[in-house]
Order: sequence, then C-alpha cells, then structure tokens
Amino acid sequence: MQFLYSGITSGSIYALVAIGFNIIYNTTGIINFAQGEFVMLGGMFIYSLLYMMNIPFIFAFPVALFGAFVLGVLFERVFIRYVKVKTELNLITITIAGSIILRGIAMLIWGRDTLLVESFIPSKTIQLYEGTITSDSVLVIGVSLFISFFLTIFFKKTKYGKAFRACYEDKVAASVCGINVKMVVMFSFGIAAFLGAVAGVAVSPITYVTYNDGVMTGLKGFSAAVMGGLGSFWGGIFGGIILGVSEAFFASVFPSGYKDAMAFLIILLILFFRPQGILGRKKATRV
Amino acid sequence: MRKLNFSFVIINLFFLFWVGMYVKNEYYLSLVIYILFNAINASCLNVLLGYAGIISLGQAAFFGIGAYSSGILTATYGINPYLTIIIGVILSAVIALIIGYPALKLHGHYLAMATLGFGMIVYICFNEMDFLTGGPSGLTGIPDMSFFGFLLDDEYKFFVFMGAVYMLFLFLMEMFDKSFLSYKLRFIHESENASSSYGIDVAKTKLTTFVVVACITSINGSLFAFYSNFVSPVSFSFHYSVEMLVMAVFGGLGSITGGTIGAAILTSIPEIFAEIEDYEVVIYGVILAVTILFLDGGIAKLCRRLAGKYVKSE
Repeated sequence: MQFLYSGITSGSIYALVAIGFNIIYNTTGIINFAQGEFVMLGGMFIYSLLYMMNIPFIFAFPVALFGAFVLGVLFERVFIRYVKVKTELNLITITIAGSIILRGIAMLIWGRDTLLVESFIPSKTIQLYEGTITSDSVLVIGVSLFISFFLTIFFKKTKYGKAFRACYEDKVAASVCGINVKMVVMFSFGIAAFLGAVAGVAVSPITYVTYNDGVMTGLKGFSAAVMGGLGSFWGGIFGGIILGVSEAFFASVFPSGYKDAMAFLIILLILFFRPQGILGRKKATRV
Repeated sequence: MRKLNFSFVIINLFFLFWVGMYVKNEYYLSLVIYILFNAINASCLNVLLGYAGIISLGQAAFFGIGAYSSGILTATYGINPYLTIIIGVILSAVIALIIGYPALKLHGHYLAMATLGFGMIVYICFNEMDFLTGGPSGLTGIPDMSFFGFLLDDEYKFFVFMGAVYMLFLFLMEMFDKSFLSYKLRFIHESENASSSYGIDVAKTKLTTFVVVACITSINGSLFAFYSNFVSPVSFSFHYSVEMLVMAVFGGLGSITGGTIGAAILTSIPEIFAEIEDYEVVIYGVILAVTILFLDGGIAKLCRRLAGKYVKSE
C-alpha cells in the first residue's frame, strides 16, 4: 500500500504540471516545453527567499508565485509573441529555446548543487492503512486538489474563464467579440507559470531543488496531461495520479533506476495507442 | 529536376584539404573531427526536420546505440570493428522501425514528445544497464579501428579517415537533395493529404526516411566510439539531441549546407571562448530563439539572400 501513497503524492505534482500544460494548450494550442522549468524556478525562488533573504514563509510564498507569474508573462512577451511564422515546429522549438535559456540562467544563479528546503509545516507522519504518509505529501495533495477545483470553476463559470476558452475555439471570432486575445494568451502563460511555481514550492521539501529538475518534471507533467486527454483539468489530475502510482508501483518491483524509464514507456504506449488520452473524447490529431 | 550542384561539396573538400595540409595542432584537429561528427548528425536531423517535417528529439539515442553497440562488442567481446558497425546499424534500424511505425503517425508536439520519451528511455538504459554499458562512469577500452591496414590511432590519421567519410556523406546528401525522394518529402511536409491523394505512400516514405537517418546516425556513433575510445551516457543525453536541433535550425532547415554550417559554428563557439563554459547552455538557447524569431531559414537562407542581393545590384 505504501507505493500507493507515495504514488499519489508525486502524482499530484505531475497533475499540477499537467494543468499548467492544459491552460496554455486550451488558450493557444501550444505545448509549452518550458513548463517544467517554472516548477524548478518555483523551488529556486522559495529557496532564495527563505534562506538567502530570510523572509518568513507567509510572505515568501506569494512573492515566489508572483515572481513566477511575471516570468511567465515575460516568457510569452519575449518568445512567443514575436514568432513570425507560427508553424507548430517553430512554436515547439521556441519553447525549447526558452526552456534551455531558463535552465542555463538558473544554473548560473543557483549553481549545480542540490538545494535543501525544509518543511514548511511541522513534519508529522500519518499512519494510514498499511502505510504512512508525511504531512508534506498531504499538503501537496491538498494544494493540487484545491487548485484544480478552483481553476475548473474559473474556466467554467467566470467571464474571464470563458474568454480563455473562446480564444482556443477561434482567435478571430474571440477578438471580434471584444476579447483581448493577446492579453489572454499572455495571462495564460502567466497562470501556467504560477501553477508550475506552486508545484515547485510544494514539492521542494520532498525532492529538494536542482537546476535541471525541470526536464523530467515537465515531461512527466506532459505525460500526465496526454494521459488524461490534453485540455481537460480533471483529466490532468487523473493522468497525474495514475502516472504517479504506476511509477511508484514499478519502482517497488523493478530496480528504482528504471523508474523514470517507466514514465516514458507509459507515455509512448499512450501516444501510440490512444493519443486522445484515456479520458479524452475529442478526435486526436492521429491521421 | 534540378541539376546537381557540387559547389558546397567542393568548398568543403578544399577546406578539409587545407586543414589536412596546414593544421598540425592536435587540439584543432580534434575540434574539426568533432565538427564533422556533429555536422553529419545535424544534417541527418535536418533531413527529418527540414525536408520531411518530422520533429525528432531523440536522435542522440541512435547515435548512442551505434556508439554503445560498437563499444561493447569490441571492448568486451573483441569482435571485428566493421562487424560491430553493421550490428549497430541493424540494431538501430530495428529500433527505428519499432519506434517509427507508430510514432510517425503522430504530428507536432505529440511526435516531439514521443521521440523525446524514446530518447530518454534509451539514455536511462545506458545509465542503468551497468553490467553492459559500465553505467554513468562510461565504457573504457574501446580499441582503435583500422582502415585497410592503417591503424587509425592518432588525430591526424583519424581526421583523414573522417574527412573522407564526411565527403562521401555530403556527396550522398547532395544527390539526395536533388532526388525525387527529397521532393516527395517536401511535398509530404507541405500537405500529407495532398501527397497521399497523388499516390504517395506517406507512412512508408516517412518511415523509410526515419530508418535510413537512424542508420546513418548509428554509423556515425560507431565511428565516434572508435575515435574517442570511451563512451559515457552523458554524450547521448537529451541535451545532445537539443544541441543537434539547435545546429540544424541555426544552420538552416531544408538545405544541405545548413547542418554543416550550424555544426561548424556551434561546435567552435564554446571551444574558442573557453571562459564562457558556464554560459554555453544559455548561448545555445539564445541562438535558437533568435533564429526562430528573426532568422527564418537560418544562416543558409541568410547567406543565399545576401548573395542574391549582391548579384542583383551588380
């Protein structure tokens, strides 16, 4: 049973990253390969604020998130908006370029070492049926559930959420209806970066932070997003949890070094056999 | 069909001759050899990206499969180097078939992620299967290869050999560029539906291209193993796949000159400015971003445009 609990913990992180992918995909149809970098940056920001500037967590947390949000907006302004020929290839390449720039800068600022972050809440171990779960994990699970609930309401019920969805359907029509499409695209990158930072901060006491964490996290988040069907928030959560649990299960059976390979094996199988995702209904791009 | 135009091949030939005649410094020779390795890899990726529109972020895996199959078979089992190159090619071809058959039906970011995932799996296997590959610390003791009785044991000899391989490759690339196949690939790139309505078997053509490119990359990888006598997983990580991508995009997609130019510039930059080692990643990223944003078609197209302007004003 223990693998189930640890799987759900890492799964909720993947879910948060997957939701970040989905937000950008839902408004622009772009897959942001730099999403994992924002997770890493979230952890880096919180580390700097807590230990370099000695700011209490209550203030450091919003500052870190706000920083990531600004960075996400800047990311869109600098990289995405000025792509002249908006082919899929160019958009993919530009986000890859953005991700290596962010990673390179993070390496310059914070170095190559793993940075330790202490738990934000008093550490406790909770005894569950045939296994234990730490308070950090509960926090992670709680945060991701809260965020996805909040976002679903935002996108389904509010005026601004509808504007986001309208942009995905048809940019021209949306702008005719008076939606500022550029603003929406910019904000979707901001929110995605914000979510990435939430995930990064939440997970930092569990996995610690290293400058090149982003690649793995990003890829697994994408796997989770595809598994649940690109564009669906609950799908992302579902995919994240499934991925986390199967990964933890795999690690308990096979040598743990192959754990990451398992995640990619899953994504390959999903892409090959069911590219619209397990929960997806939409007809996917497989021709 | 266009006529064959060997001017770029000839320029390269002259350059290599010049290097062979005057450069005796081992360091510069090894730099040129690395450029040649990267040029072949980047050109191969260019065929996929620029001609066929197949986004592959896992090409380093095939490079690694070639390098490791040659490395393991010669160092551990003492098999003839040429035989191991062939085994590497067969292995790569089989893997490329297995991966390519389902993956090439995908498009855009799905395909990018699938190839990336494949590259990662291979990389993790190199790292974890330490009974075969020596794990993260690498595989040592790979012998030099000999070519018709000449043992390629120093930089200069290997340079001559590699130069010849590269020229052969470039010649084939030029043939490919003007062949019916390259037009077919461009057509597929433009519109898969239109090309299939003209009777082109899209899936088969893409798969063939993918497999052939994987084989060439694998041969290149084998040669790399014999050159460096040492392979470790770091050389075949996701980072190297991205480097190849930067080289191909920066040099210019869809032209045979692109891969070589990109490889030459991007391989020399970190070597010339040794003190910027830490900034290397950022520089790669900035170059890639600038190329996409401002230099559509890369250096190759820029050169062509400048040349066109110059000729017109004459």
